[in-house]
Amino acid sequence: MSSTAVSAAAGLRLPRWAVPAGAAVVIAAAYVVFRGTATLPHDDEAPQFLAVTELREWIDDHRNDNPLFLYFLNYIRLFVGALYTFFQGVLHALGWPGITGVMGALAWLAGGRRIALVAVAGVSTFGVLGLWESSVDTLALVGVAVLLSLAIGIPVGVWAGLSARVRRAVTPVLDVMQIMPTFAYLAPLALFFHIGAPAGAIATMIYAIPPAIRITALAVSEVSPTAVEASVSLGATRRQTLVKVYLPLARSTMALAVNQTIMMALSMVVIANLISAPGLGGDIIRGLSRAQVGIMLPAGVAVVVMAVVLDRMTMALVDRDPHARLRRLDLVAAGVPAAAGVALIPVLPQVWPESLTIDMVAEVNAAVAWAETNWYAVTTFVKDATSYALLNPLESLLTSAPWWLVALTVLLVAWRVSGLRRALTALACLLAIALLGVWEHTMQTMTTVAVAVLVALVIGLALGVAAARSPRFSAVQRPLLDAAQTMPAFVYLLPALALFGTTRFTAIFASVVYAVPPVVRLVEDGIRAVPAPVVEAAVSAGSTPGQLLWKVQLPMARPAILLAANQGIVMTLAMVVIGGLVGAGALGYDVVSGFSQRTDFGMGFVAGVATVLLGVMLDRITQGADRRPSPRKRKVT
Amino acid sequence: MGDSPDSAAITVEGLWKIFGPRAHEVLDGDDRHLDPVALREKTGCTAAVRDVSFAVRPGEVFVVMGLSGSGKSTLVRCLTRLVEPSAGTITIGGEDVRAASPARLREIRRHRVSMVFQHFGLLPHRRVIDNVAYGLEIQGAARAERHARAAEILSLVGLDGHADAYPDQLSGGMQQRVGLARALAVDPQVMLLDEPFSALDPLIRRDMQAEVVRLHREVGKTMVFITHDLSEALKLGERIAIMRAGAIVQVGTAEELVGAPADDYVADFVRDVPRANVLTLRWICRDPEPGEPLDGPELPAGTRVADAVGVASASSRPIKVVAGGELAGVVDRVDLLAFLAGQDTPARAKA
Repeated sequence: MSSTAVSAAAGLRLPRWAVPAGAAVVIAAAYVVFRGTATLPHDDEAPQFLAVTELREWIDDHRNDNPLFLYFLNYIRLFVGALYTFFQGVLHALGWPGITGVMGALAWLAGGRRIALVAVAGVSTFGVLGLWESSVDTLALVGVAVLLSLAIGIPVGVWAGLSARVRRAVTPVLDVMQIMPTFAYLAPLALFFHIGAPAGAIATMIYAIPPAIRITALAVSEVSPTAVEASVSLGATRRQTLVKVYLPLARSTMALAVNQTIMMALSMVVIANLISAPGLGGDIIRGLSRAQVGIMLPAGVAVVVMAVVLDRMTMALVDRDPHARLRRLDLVAAGVPAAAGVALIPVLPQVWPESLTIDMVAEVNAAVAWAETNWYAVTTFVKDATSYALLNPLESLLTSAPWWLVALTVLLVAWRVSGLRRALTALACLLAIALLGVWEHTMQTMTTVAVAVLVALVIGLALGVAAARSPRFSAVQRPLLDAAQTMPAFVYLLPALALFGTTRFTAIFASVVYAVPPVVRLVEDGIRAVPAPVVEAAVSAGSTPGQLLWKVQLPMARPAILLAANQGIVMTLAMVVIGGLVGAGALGYDVVSGFSQRTDFGMGFVAGVATVLLGVMLDRITQGADRRPSPRKRKVT
Repeated sequence: MGDSPDSAAITVEGLWKIFGPRAHEVLDGDDRHLDPVALREKTGCTAAVRDVSFAVRPGEVFVVMGLSGSGKSTLVRCLTRLVEPSAGTITIGGEDVRAASPARLREIRRHRVSMVFQHFGLLPHRRVIDNVAYGLEIQGAARAERHARAAEILSLVGLDGHADAYPDQLSGGMQQRVGLARALAVDPQVMLLDEPFSALDPLIRRDMQAEVVRLHREVGKTMVFITHDLSEALKLGERIAIMRAGAIVQVGTAEELVGAPADDYVADFVRDVPRANVLTLRWICRDPEPGEPLDGPELPAGTRVADAVGVASASSRPIKVVAGGELAGVVDRVDLLAFLAGQDTPARAKA
């Protein structure tokens, strides 16, 4: 009885896909009819751009007489600048023997002999590569940025961990800070803090503070509530409980916060070179903009080495046996290299001796040239196939469609996926982009992002599923993913540039390589998180491995997969914009030229803002997917 | 019970705890008399403790027993305001806890009342000795002094030689001994034990129950013991309060609960208790019938029925039950058999 009633009702209702399909048909028809009308072509001299350029002129003229600058912003700049000068002074005074000794000692204290060796070898690498001076500058800049980030991030994080209300207030701010592509806030910072080391350090802080706060808050909120209750029940004051219970119990997770903050800072200080921050970034940016892999490779290697050294040192703190105490032997052992290094300062030259460096610019450039000529057929085929099959059609579709049709489509898609509120936010972002006068470039960037995300997701899903199903594959893949996630973002541009030269495709390749590791990891973890009893039940019912994957594991891992898509989009966008340095064009190029040419500052600034808006829009479109109940569930009620 | 509230270690009167956004509206209105499900549906609030009153005598082991969700853990947390009560009065050692300032409340927690938790709540980054000394440390005691005291308490709970271990190196039972030691170290007047042994294996649990009995005999603290295990309650409790849906259904000795359950809920609870091991001769003796010989063996009225069986089998005369030097009644073999049969009937029918 009841089954006939249900099927009769279902027969009367439209199938589930009818509404979206109908909407798609209507939009396609509208495109055919209105194609080429109401497009918003790019204009380098748009009034919005000129206005910002003029604003910058005005600020530069009044930097020293406007009260906001005079009494507030300039002081921040001076303070950060002084701190940087101090760090740099200390490091240069230590010279290479001192730095090597002290780093070795710190590494020994953090993780023992092996880590100390890694640190000493790493520091020596800077010298061997002939990049001692700029490595020290980078180290000083990272030091300042990390110190200030932790000084702000840890107290705020502790507070957020203790109070749910603070956490709710802080989270959206952090969300925005993390969605913002790194490129985007450089221009506004240059506006307020001028250019140079202080502005670079502040830009780095914006990038590095969110993980410091988030992880600290997580660490504190995960402290066992019984331990806290026990402390309170014995009459501990709030401060006593904080100092004697919360902080010690959160310590090892908080070391992870320090680790993440350092890693983020390291990848940002390089990009901060665009606003004239000192250090290794200079060589990298120069190499990127001239498409000379030989110039940027040593600097890239130095940054990666620095990342590995700092990562190993801080991870050793995270993994340390919680009950271990510092033994006197370790203190002595660590003291030896430190003392030796410091003692050698007057004896050895301050700067790494020239005779011990290896110059490999010419060789690398030759190797790259060889690869370009010999692999030309393959790389060109990949590049052209992607361009003609995906990029060009999508780009011409987006740029020739009327703006209102694109806006309508975004609204409908976001509404369907993430609900009305997020859809309206996405729409507002898109309309703001139109008003800013960078519509065409935004559409081009969106095309690149879409293609890159698609490729990254396909690869990431495949690798993630493979890793989840084969422990052996996972064991091989894990260290590679770990290494990939330690590396600063722009490093991925290096092989891309070597293979594909300066084209749009270079950015796509780099962003795919950049975004795949987290996608793989999220997918794998999502599938592994499916409860064992459920898998067991499915297997005992006779499912084939394929059925298990499609009917149990993937559906149950849906939230993780959607989160992976969301992450992939955010990361890809950041990378595509950086790709502006190597020929990706559109918004990224606008941002870069805004830094290099004074007259283009307005356009670069606006493009940066548009990037943020684009990021928020894409995030809002995809973000809700994992939080909304699945459509079928809603039908039942 | 004959005690005036002044001489009690803890007095609780009209205690309410309502969780939810509109707790005080509920408390002031008539909704508070609704049953829990209806209350939640109507107001979104949960009444965890409903109008609870009781008094604990000094040196007594007072057991609060109920199923999970009956509000017993909330109740015990209300006593030192780890959970802030919604209404009612709490007096500990003559002091009004609800009126205490934060500083005064800390003093009460530091010196008068200490607590033992189901999941131990030990600090994993501290050695056992520093865990035990934690209460003294936050009072500001010097290191040598608090370590001396902690070492003393550790040997009292049988943890000699484990002072330098870390909690995660100990078994569950030993961890809870550390929890007990921590609570004892501050020399409180009252100890609150919130299901301290529920997370332990049955065998360890039995050892720990014996340990509590021993400690109670040696240090004589007033204890409020929370449990969901009836046999634990009967074993440890001088008096037992049975909680259901936030309210206390009955307070009494084990004998009173088993012999005269206040309602079907309590009766259902105690149904499987071996009555002969709990009830005393007082419950089954009767007036001697005319002509019945009164020269049989004498037993005090507080003798448990099970213990009288041996005496009855040794003598064919009815047992004289005496209370306060006077004859309270008699019990003969038939009475005993009838009582035992009443409880064993189903088993015998099966056999």
